[in-house]
Amino acid sequence: MRSIIRHNGSAPTLPDLRNLGTTVRILLAVNGAAMLAAFVRETRWEVLPAAVVETAGAVAPALILALALLWAAAPWIARQPYRVGAIAIAGIAFGATLAGHALGSFIAPRADDSLLRELGFALLVVAGLLYYFQLRARALSPAIVEARLQALQARIRPHFLFNSINGVLSLIRSDPRRAEEALHDLADLFRVLMRDNRDLAPLADEVQLCRQYLDLEKLRLGERLIVDWNVKSMPEDALVPPLVLQPLLENAVYHGIEPSPVPATLTINIFLSRGEVHAIMRNPYRDDGGRHHRGNRMAIANIRERLALHFDAEAALESRVTKDSYEVHIRMPYRNVAPPKARDARDAQAPGNVVDLSAERAKPRARTSIPTPGGRPWLKSRSVS
Amino acid sequence: MAEVPLRVLIVDDEAPARRRLRELLDDCASALPLAVVGEAQNGREAVELLQSIPVDLVLTDIHMPDMDGLELARHVLKVPHTPLVVFTTAFHEHALQAFEVNAVDYLVKPVRVQRLLSALQKVPKLRPLTPEKLSELPQSARRFLSVTERSRVVLVPVEEVVYLKAELRYITIRTAQREHLLEESLTRLEQEFGNRFVRIHRNCLVSRDFVRGFERRVSDDGDAHWEVLLNGVTETLPVSRRQQFVVREVGRELAA
Repeated sequence: MRSIIRHNGSAPTLPDLRNLGTTVRILLAVNGAAMLAAFVRETRWEVLPAAVVETAGAVAPALILALALLWAAAPWIARQPYRVGAIAIAGIAFGATLAGHALGSFIAPRADDSLLRELGFALLVVAGLLYYFQLRARALSPAIVEARLQALQARIRPHFLFNSINGVLSLIRSDPRRAEEALHDLADLFRVLMRDNRDLAPLADEVQLCRQYLDLEKLRLGERLIVDWNVKSMPEDALVPPLVLQPLLENAVYHGIEPSPVPATLTINIFLSRGEVHAIMRNPYRDDGGRHHRGNRMAIANIRERLALHFDAEAALESRVTKDSYEVHIRMPYRNVAPPKARDARDAQAPGNVVDLSAERAKPRARTSIPTPGGRPWLKSRSVS
Repeated sequence: MAEVPLRVLIVDDEAPARRRLRELLDDCASALPLAVVGEAQNGREAVELLQSIPVDLVLTDIHMPDMDGLELARHVLKVPHTPLVVFTTAFHEHALQAFEVNAVDYLVKPVRVQRLLSALQKVPKLRPLTPEKLSELPQSARRFLSVTERSRVVLVPVEEVVYLKAELRYITIRTAQREHLLEESLTRLEQEFGNRFVRIHRNCLVSRDFVRGFERRVSDDGDAHWEVLLNGVTETLPVSRRQQFVVREVGRELAA
């Protein structure tokens, strides 16, 4: 969870100093800068190539030494906070420059060598490179997060899919209408599973999806599955990460209902309390030697990660095992997209008084995102201290 | 020979899956004489049914409450006129790949009628599974022990077992109600059920759930040893000198 937040761009990160790409970039940058320096210093065109080669030769010992030292110190630097790491890198560059200078004046003393100027050159190169690497990390990291998110979401148990298809097949001859209904539910479910799920969506949509999912399970399990919905007071317009509840219900069915020889009840409570949306799911559970708990842990970790991405520390997921039941409790901040006007009105009123709920509900349910600057509503920038 | 219908038992915990399989078997009936002689919701029901109805082939799901398909396959071996077992499962399982090479079939749901038919046609050539082959499967501990009594298979729920005692070639299973004789190895049982039973003697495993306490006894010749006191049965069992450490271990659990 931390790692994802670290990726979100506002916390600077040092480059991986043992990465070949990093090394090549440093080599190119230093030699490029040296070439530029020679170009600026030498006004006579005919000796310019020689001057470039000479400068490159002059920086080479220091550069190679610096790279070797950076490689050696990389694990230590990676553990340091950004500031300490940056100072260490600059220190290494200075040390290497000093050594290179000493070596240079020993082998081939030049008339115009100035230690101070070389140190200034080293400082400029280090600062420029660090800035470049930070920009690059910032540009890349959301892509990594996004890729992970998509990969995590695409998981649904093949077990469920194939059993459901088998269930539909069993209805086609005897009850074609119910088979149609079930196929539509399945299509809806997969539409949501496969779409781009980065933006927040209304809670009512998620609950609708859960109902369709449980209808499909009911088709297979019949009276073995009893669902107890307590969602009358839920805030329908609250914006939640898509698929925040469905995977948990899937787990509940898989671990709590299917192994039970007697009909079992799945309880779902969703309500608003003190500006927070609470969702509590409970299923009977009996420990049969930890048969398959990996799937459950994965789903929980995935949802935690997505809650952290959307709401950071304002949301939480807790799971609790008692003697014969398993419970998951999700807490999320209550956010709904109200137009600026409505938001003002709400702010003016007492807290907890939900304005315009009916108006919100009457509107066609569009997937909405939190308007945040930067165009990545699902990835809120937040600095980590 | 060809006119003797193949008697099939369907075992699945999901009603739609049973119905689907029945439909498919009906479709196959024109190509191959067969009769669905029963349906069961789990392995336990299936074992009960097998007592009264002769069956040639059991088509069983794997994941089921109470008793799963793999455990059913183990108990089926004790049924007189042992039926063949073909597994049906919703997705490929690594556990079952072992069967493919061993020429025992399994079907992936949803099953196509052609695939089912070809599996049925192979049935006369199949051999019953052997206990050895079944024990190769990575499976969880059984929920039942099965014993044959007057040519009937009796299932004893493992949680009802008070103790297991090896005597000559047999193991005596003691429940609160009665005793059964089982032909298995005590060491194997100890491995299979892990923590449920504790070994108190070279020839005896006791269920932790039934231990009430321990009592120090001194015999006439002055030798002292521990006896296990049990819930549900009146007899007590001696703890051997080698296993004396369990008195402390289990005693601590009891105190907790």
